[in-house]
Amino acid sequence: METIDVSENIASQIRAHGAETYPHECCGALLGLDAENSREVRALHKLVNRRDDSPRNRFSVTSDDVRDADRAAQKSGLEVIGWYHSHPDHPALPSEFDREHAWPWYSYIIVSVMDGKPGTMASWRLTDDRLRFTPEKISPEVSAEPESREASSNFNATSSGGLK
Amino acid sequence: MPVNVMIPTPLRPFVGKKSAIELKAATVGEALRVLTTEFADLRKHLYTDEGKIRSFVNVYVNDEDIRYLEKENTPLKDGDTVSIVPSIAGGR
Repeated sequence: METIDVSENIASQIRAHGAETYPHECCGALLGLDAENSREVRALHKLVNRRDDSPRNRFSVTSDDVRDADRAAQKSGLEVIGWYHSHPDHPALPSEFDREHAWPWYSYIIVSVMDGKPGTMASWRLTDDRLRFTPEKISPEVSAEPESREASSNFNATSSGGLK
Repeated sequence: MPVNVMIPTPLRPFVGKKSAIELKAATVGEALRVLTTEFADLRKHLYTDEGKIRSFVNVYVNDEDIRYLEKENTPLKDGDTVSIVPSIAGGR
């Protein structure tokens, strides 16, 4: 399993962002360093959820926002290594909608926010064939284990053992 | 006409880890077709199974979003830079 290093300070910032925007989804960029055998989040770049039609269960970031995040990362000698968002009143499991809108390589951190309180946080990576997300270990552990793979109603376990 | 297609980091593993690919194309659509013909594993990350550019994949020509130009028919000239930029979306 791949690993992403997330300090408690960064994890706290993600949780706080999720609580701040509840019951809407929060989102932002993970700025950090990626090497062959390690990946570390060094800073966050908070973004505004552009989905004003259904912000409780969707988030969207424009390509201009993405370019801003890229520039912010470069200024700090970092790169955008992934994205985070919250799932208000829902587990930290990627949805089919998440899968359709993802690329491999990026880390996708999801924080579950139940009744306004941030809880489980998990990180995911899309497989190269786009068929499923695989979990990425968050180090040190920050309640990183998903509650249950079956917990997401719009998520189907596949016979290959992954999530589709 | 040689143009440069800038490859975002997540897609570099599918183009031999290169950050830019030089190719000849008269339009943006042709440039992406040439690119995904040469690097077939890239195709599914840019196009849907129906052959349309994925909704979250955005293309710029020299800093101009092709949605405000002629989309995939946007003409290219020598030395143009084509950038592929995702927009990020998700939710439960």
